[in-house]
Amino acid sequence: MSVAQTQTGTPQVQQERRRRGLSDRAIISLFIWPTLILLIAWNVFPLFYSLFLSFTDYSAISRQAPTWVGVQNYIDILSSDRLWGYFSTTGRYTVVAVGFETILGFTLAMLIKEKFRGSGLITTLILIPMMLSPVVVGLFWKLMYNPTFGYFNYLLGFTDPTRAPDMLAGRFANQPVPDLALWSVVLVDIWMWTPFLMLLSLSGLKAIPEYLYEAAVIDRASSWFQFWRITLPQVMPLLLIGVLFRTIDALKSFDLVMGMTSGGPGDQTELIAVNLYRQAFLGQFRTGDASALAYIILIIIISVSNLLIRAINQGNTEG
Amino acid sequence: MLIPIFVMMMTAFKTRAEVVSVPPKVFFEPSLEGFVFLLTERAVVPPNRIEEFERAAAEGNLTMFEQVAFDSGQEITGPSDYIRRLMNSVIIAGLSTLISVVLGFFAAYAFSRFTIPGENDILFFILSTRMLPAVVVTIPLFLMYRQLGLHDTHIGMILLYTVFNLSFSVWLLKGFIDEIPREYEEAALVDGYTRMQTVFKIVLPQAMTGIAATTVFCLIFAWNEYAFALMLTSNTARTAPPSIATMLGRGGIEWSAIAAGSLGFLIPVVIVVFLLRDYLVRGVTFGAVRK
Repeated sequence: MSVAQTQTGTPQVQQERRRRGLSDRAIISLFIWPTLILLIAWNVFPLFYSLFLSFTDYSAISRQAPTWVGVQNYIDILSSDRLWGYFSTTGRYTVVAVGFETILGFTLAMLIKEKFRGSGLITTLILIPMMLSPVVVGLFWKLMYNPTFGYFNYLLGFTDPTRAPDMLAGRFANQPVPDLALWSVVLVDIWMWTPFLMLLSLSGLKAIPEYLYEAAVIDRASSWFQFWRITLPQVMPLLLIGVLFRTIDALKSFDLVMGMTSGGPGDQTELIAVNLYRQAFLGQFRTGDASALAYIILIIIISVSNLLIRAINQGNTEG
Repeated sequence: MLIPIFVMMMTAFKTRAEVVSVPPKVFFEPSLEGFVFLLTERAVVPPNRIEEFERAAAEGNLTMFEQVAFDSGQEITGPSDYIRRLMNSVIIAGLSTLISVVLGFFAAYAFSRFTIPGENDILFFILSTRMLPAVVVTIPLFLMYRQLGLHDTHIGMILLYTVFNLSFSVWLLKGFIDEIPREYEEAALVDGYTRMQTVFKIVLPQAMTGIAATTVFCLIFAWNEYAFALMLTSNTARTAPPSIATMLGRGGIEWSAIAAGSLGFLIPVVIVVFLLRDYLVRGVTFGAVRK
């Protein structure tokens, strides 16, 4: 889409461009290469080294050199029902968390987009959950959720610990509730990351030129129409970039869950990245298997991101 | 939404016994125990010195810190690492944010305004640098850093977080710069501005909302990063998140110390965000003509 846009412009401008053609090229290099060089230098070795390790039987703590096992690691992973279960848990986690974060974030942004007294302060306050380290957030919500001395149950009106939900243990009045633990972690993820999408939506909303609405009012467009035809499409590109980054991070989210449940109870909150951490660092230090699993996660993330990027590009050409 | 934050603030001012009281206390007498525990290293007072301390306390010769520590049967042996860790976080997160926003802005401008061969592929490569789970990247990074002598150095962590944030900063800023109409720059170019002048005088001011938002996000990511910091630093360059987490170990969970530490850790970012708030809520100014 940028191709078409760059070539438009008045003939005068194009003439100007030609005269400066060389310096434009120099500027492109000057602007892009520092970024690319850093990214290449920091990523190529880790990427290829872990790709190599994924085809080997290797443990980071053993003194033995990696031994080549071909695609065995991949076969083991893809034929393991347990791991497919973790993938599905991760999928549900991501869809629910990112979905709610997007809707809530956008709604919040709509609510505070008009400048009013203290809007800067309110914005800062809303952003606070995001500013905390996930490790700290995990710890604190563990304290909040504590069935005896936590505030969560207390505020919900459960004063008797024996009859109250024990969120992270996945039990309500001592009866196990399936997935309760997973959704309690998702709730924290939503609490923490809704501000991220709120701020992006807010920046997008702020950038919508007033005259679009003025024109709509002259045309007597309903506010519903204005929302669907002006607000949403204008915010969409930025909102989708936010969703893209949240999805990538949610698919590999790990420190929050690790801090709160370490995957438990049983394997209710065992996200794929949590399992990856276990394989890579706990017990056997199964570096080879972990690398293979990481590559499978990478492939999944690449496919999901591609779908989202397609949506972003579509939004750009329409907009 | 802010209830957990209030809980954290309250916890920071509670004593150990109050944190675990049932039902949770909303009203209590604030105590500095958490902060004292956070900022000091302590040891149990040996029995033969208890009298000495009691006498000093009776005469009012103990400092406030010593008094609080003594109330829980401990004496202060020295300052803790907390302030040093916090300073490391400030240096590392601050500089890496600065670099990634500056580099990201230029790259985003180039991607937004020029036709670059293989543009979409390059952009996807930039994004892909964020996709591999950190847990797996840390092992090769650890080896690489040890070879290069970057392990546990400030510069190593600054570059690492810069790289980590670049993908985000390029993508987000490109999103913002795409929204700024080209007509301004074209007009300026016709008027005889050089390309560099248009970048600094036309695009930069218009992109301030985007730059502020990107800065906030990059800062927050770098400030809070835990996994890399845990693996790639040990002492000199260790940041605050891993050290807050290690407070867990010492004789049960010292909730008030952790809360105090988190609070101290939160304040610098809140200040930065608060300083940038006007840009965040300002929106694009001077009535830009947009497509």
